Amino acid sequence: MQRQLATMKQSLFDQGYLDEQFVQLEELQDEVNPNFVEEVVTLYYRDSVRLVQNLEQALEKNPLDFSKLDSYMHQFKGSSSSIGAKKVKIECTQFREYCRTGNGEGCKRTFQQLKKEYATLKKKLEVYFQFARQVGPVEKARRPK
Amino acid sequence: MHLEVNPVPFAGSTASSWKSGGGGGVVSDQFPAGLRVLVVDDDPTCLRILEKMLRNCLYEVTKCSRAEVALKLLRDNKDGFDVVISDVHMPDMDGFKLLEHIGLEMDLPVIMMSADDSKRVVMKGVTHGACDYLIKPVRMEALKNIWQHVIRRKKHEWGDHNEKDVEQSGSVEDGERQQKQLSENDDYSSSANEGSCKNSKKRKNEDEEGGERDEDSSSSKKQRVVWTTELHQQFVTAVNQLGIDKAVPKKILDLMNVQGLTRENVASHLQKYRLYLRRLSGQHHNGIGNSFMGPTDATFGQLTSVNGLDLQSLASSSSQLSPLGRSTNRTPVSVPLNDPRNIFSFESPNIRFVHGQQQQQHNGVNRGNLLHGIPTNMNMPIHPHSSQSNSLLTQMVQPPQQRNQIFNDGVFGQNGIDGFAPAYTSIPQPSSVVDFSRSQRTFSTPVNNNFGIAGLASSNKGMLPQHDIGSEINGFVPTCDVFTDVNQNNNRTDDWGFQSVGPTTFEAPQHLNVQSGGLVNNSNLVPQNIPSDSLSRIRGERLPDVGFQNSLFSDQDDDLLSTYIKQNHQDGSFDNEFGFDGYPLDDLPV
Repeated sequence: MQRQLATMKQSLFDQGYLDEQFVQLEELQDEVNPNFVEEVVTLYYRDSVRLVQNLEQALEKNPLDFSKLDSYMHQFKGSSSSIGAKKVKIECTQFREYCRTGNGEGCKRTFQQLKKEYATLKKKLEVYFQFARQVGPVEKARRPK
Repeated sequence: MHLEVNPVPFAGSTASSWKSGGGGGVVSDQFPAGLRVLVVDDDPTCLRILEKMLRNCLYEVTKCSRAEVALKLLRDNKDGFDVVISDVHMPDMDGFKLLEHIGLEMDLPVIMMSADDSKRVVMKGVTHGACDYLIKPVRMEALKNIWQHVIRRKKHEWGDHNEKDVEQSGSVEDGERQQKQLSENDDYSSSANEGSCKNSKKRKNEDEEGGERDEDSSSSKKQRVVWTTELHQQFVTAVNQLGIDKAVPKKILDLMNVQGLTRENVASHLQKYRLYLRRLSGQHHNGIGNSFMGPTDATFGQLTSVNGLDLQSLASSSSQLSPLGRSTNRTPVSVPLNDPRNIFSFESPNIRFVHGQQQQQHNGVNRGNLLHGIPTNMNMPIHPHSSQSNSLLTQMVQPPQQRNQIFNDGVFGQNGIDGFAPAYTSIPQPSSVVDFSRSQRTFSTPVNNNFGIAGLASSNKGMLPQHDIGSEINGFVPTCDVFTDVNQNNNRTDDWGFQSVGPTTFEAPQHLNVQSGGLVNNSNLVPQNIPSDSLSRIRGERLPDVGFQNSLFSDQDDDLLSTYIKQNHQDGSFDNEFGFDGYPLDDLPV
């Protein structure tokens, strides 16, 4: 089981869903906070809903307020990067670039992509955590190869 | 010089290491474990992660998602934190603004963080006085070393003087501790910082020299005086002989008869001493927080680092002063003497003050000071002293409790007096009329205050007592009365708020003073040592504020002041007397 878990995690890294930051989180996990990573990820998904909503609303406005969009995305990016959501973060960066150049279409497109990645990661992590809980307390995180 | 203390590993193996002298220290033997960190970030995910990371470093963490709350926490627990980590982008308050406030009020090391790694933002952090800038996502390694900022600041606080001084006196626990720390730090990067800090200090000194048109060639160098025990003893003897109330720097200097000691040195030392006494006696808690006395040198050049003195005073003296306008009027807690962090030892602070004051003077740090220095209640006792500039300063310094020190510094700076003697204690708060006679006339009425303030404004609002100092102060005597009254009545910190906002504000007018020469240059008022930058700046600012122009004031919502000015202002003659030609006096409110 543990091996399965490790494989699952490894694939998440290999596929680029997660990055080094996730490992940092795992390293923080200990007896005091055995489910720290899950706790943080849950917190992230809960809080980012509000950010996603803000972005959606802002993208519906006409004309687009790029600086506001950029500001929202900045927050979202910060949050996402802190849990190691690599693909999401990449989309965030792309989005901000479009904001900088005032490319509304680019922003909207990227946002859709971002939402997809965001949702995909969420599902994958949910599975992962479920599995992890079954496996029991895991030993210290190991860096992905 | 070589520090004798052997390096103590941070694991806290040595009982004496890092332990606060009186046991009140925050740092335990296991430093950096136990470091008290305040984290501010509106993003709950990041906040949680940071909290956990910091806890894993064995730090004591307090988290906070709003800047306002953070400030309140800091104000309510002066000395309750060692370092603050704050996000740059926050909805309720810009991180840099928070940084400024903290620097001015509490003078704690602040680390900024953001997902934004653009040079522009990082530079902003630097200019606002952040001691470090972390890029998100923050890693554990980055957080592990934040203790260095605390040490560094303390080290600067105690100054390099400690290194020399402590060895001599050997009586300063803190100094010893510092030494230990210093020795400990030798191996760390902080030693590199030390070098740079020294450089920066030197730079500051140089600036000060350049900035001040000090008549004293010897003092032009603004050397730091090391107040050894003997020297201090001589000082105390002189002060006692004169009587604490009557002790003015010039007289003290004469009595001490120490070669190479300048009036400014004595003045600044006196200021600190007064604070110290005040603290001892438990009166006027507003005093400058000894606690705050410490850190500042390090950040000196920065806005936030208001010369140690100022900040400290500010911080301690009152949260009231906070530019935020939240004058809580809480008398700053006098830091217990035995708190190692705080000044406890008179020597260090002295040293600090010296430095600080100098800095103030010219970096416009005064600005910072000024702003903050403006206590809500400005009861700056100003006693009319003899005409010596020092006295003037001393008097000015009086302002009780509150930040007077800061102001004093500013004032001093302007007058070329190095330290300003914050009125520590016995200074009565009479609103003596400051007599700008030096330059021209004496103001017998509070009107002078206005001017004084205006002029002084640069340094301390209201701090300047008006008196007849004629000669020395060169006309800057800021009259505190006006402000005092105004402030007192209104408790307005808001007024100053704008000012405090910024050193930036003060910068602008700089040329005003100089060029227009209104206050400073013209007539005899020329403030000699006025820190060119700050003073002029301030002056420039203030005059208009004071109401010559009245515009600023009104803008500032200083109805009281305007009113006051109106009351006291006696037509335009007032202006003329002062010879503030430089300033447009046309609009003087009548």
